[in-house]
Amino acid sequence: MAEEVVLLDFWASPFGIRVRIALAEKGIKYERREEDLRNKSGLLLQMNPVHKKIPVLIHNAKPICESLIQVQYIDEVWHDKAPLLPADPYKRATARFWADFVDKKIYEVGGKTWKTKGEEQARAQKEFMESLKLLEGELGDKAYFGGENLGYLDIALVSYYCWFHVYEKFGGFSIEAECPKLTAWAKRCMQKESVAKSVPDQQKVYEFALHLKKILGIE
Amino acid sequence: MEGEVVLLDFWPSMFGMRTRIALAEKQIKYEYREEDLRNKSALLLQMNPVHKKIPVLIHNGKPICESLIQVQYIDEVWNDRAPLLPPNPYQRATARFWADFVDKKIYDLGAKVWRTKGEEQEAAKKEFIECLKLLEGQLGDNPYFGGKDFGFVDVALVPFYCWFYTYEKFGSFSIEAECPKLIAWAKRCMQKESVAKSLADQEKIYDFVLQLKKALGIE
Repeated sequence: MAEEVVLLDFWASPFGIRVRIALAEKGIKYERREEDLRNKSGLLLQMNPVHKKIPVLIHNAKPICESLIQVQYIDEVWHDKAPLLPADPYKRATARFWADFVDKKIYEVGGKTWKTKGEEQARAQKEFMESLKLLEGELGDKAYFGGENLGYLDIALVSYYCWFHVYEKFGGFSIEAECPKLTAWAKRCMQKESVAKSVPDQQKVYEFALHLKKILGIE
Repeated sequence: MEGEVVLLDFWPSMFGMRTRIALAEKQIKYEYREEDLRNKSALLLQMNPVHKKIPVLIHNGKPICESLIQVQYIDEVWNDRAPLLPPNPYQRATARFWADFVDKKIYDLGAKVWRTKGEEQEAAKKEFIECLKLLEGQLGDNPYFGGKDFGFVDVALVPFYCWFYTYEKFGSFSIEAECPKLIAWAKRCMQKESVAKSLADQEKIYDFVLQLKKALGIE
């Protein structure tokens, strides 16, 4: 069965990173295409007409959109190795709940920690750290959120790790100081090849954020 | 296998209705508990400490939160009858995508239609109808979003039908005039016992929103 897998992506996107990790965990060969988000390709607009966003996973010419939906799809199609979601329905519901929490809290609130200043930034930082602490609680003493192996929730969250550095530098706070267990978990994930080769260099992400602030006119 | 099933809910909530429909489709006996959202029960706060929201599904003492996660959980546990998600991974990804689209768009836009006035309301109405038309396009000539059978996207969207009357009255527009196929689909769903007994009465919703607007000080 010849599988053609293409990923329309943007190098710094945490959502794209999730899909890269899932594909790497399953050992799937694919073509990654970098999109210029200020000049989206005809293919992107055709494959994701509703949201016009990356990542878009194209499998045998059919598009799948939204990163967590893509990760579940990859897990279901290539189900013979490296399972990402647990088998038990209650554990699956729990993993989905926390991945949804990451989507609801980390992206937007994390973004506010570097895009705003003063009171708004302070509030965002507080809420951001509270959210990370809740996740740390969910991790408990496990090596990964998935238990002994990297799973769905690990992938959903570790995709932001390269942006933590950005939040810390702009916000003047230390995530490791407040959430040492979570930081240890992130470093443990980074030792896995599937993660290490999927995440961009955090310094490059920081420079990108600096550049973005200038363009967006945020001082 | 059934065990003890409790649903913490609030009668006008579209999200609670989704879970009610799924439980009814699977013919699961459960205890319905109405929450006063201005005075949340200790059980609710204990079972959903993260978001403190309804609906909360409690199965054998263990909570599952977030309506679409609950519907998938119900589908996976009671997998011997009335399947809600299709077996094919690509069709599942498509169903999840459109249910996610409903979550991202319909609730907030609908709320803007009844909460705002003037230009803001007009913009919300326009976008709301555009989103319903996209959904209508996805339905095509099928009786349900699930194809021949009622499924996940149908469950995700049909609860909003009892809110359409409220949106129309406050927004002074007719959804049926713009999206006749979607209304025909909704009426088709209402012929199913699981839907008819799960949705609230549209006039009661309107009265509830009238009261809410007064309480919120929105004219």
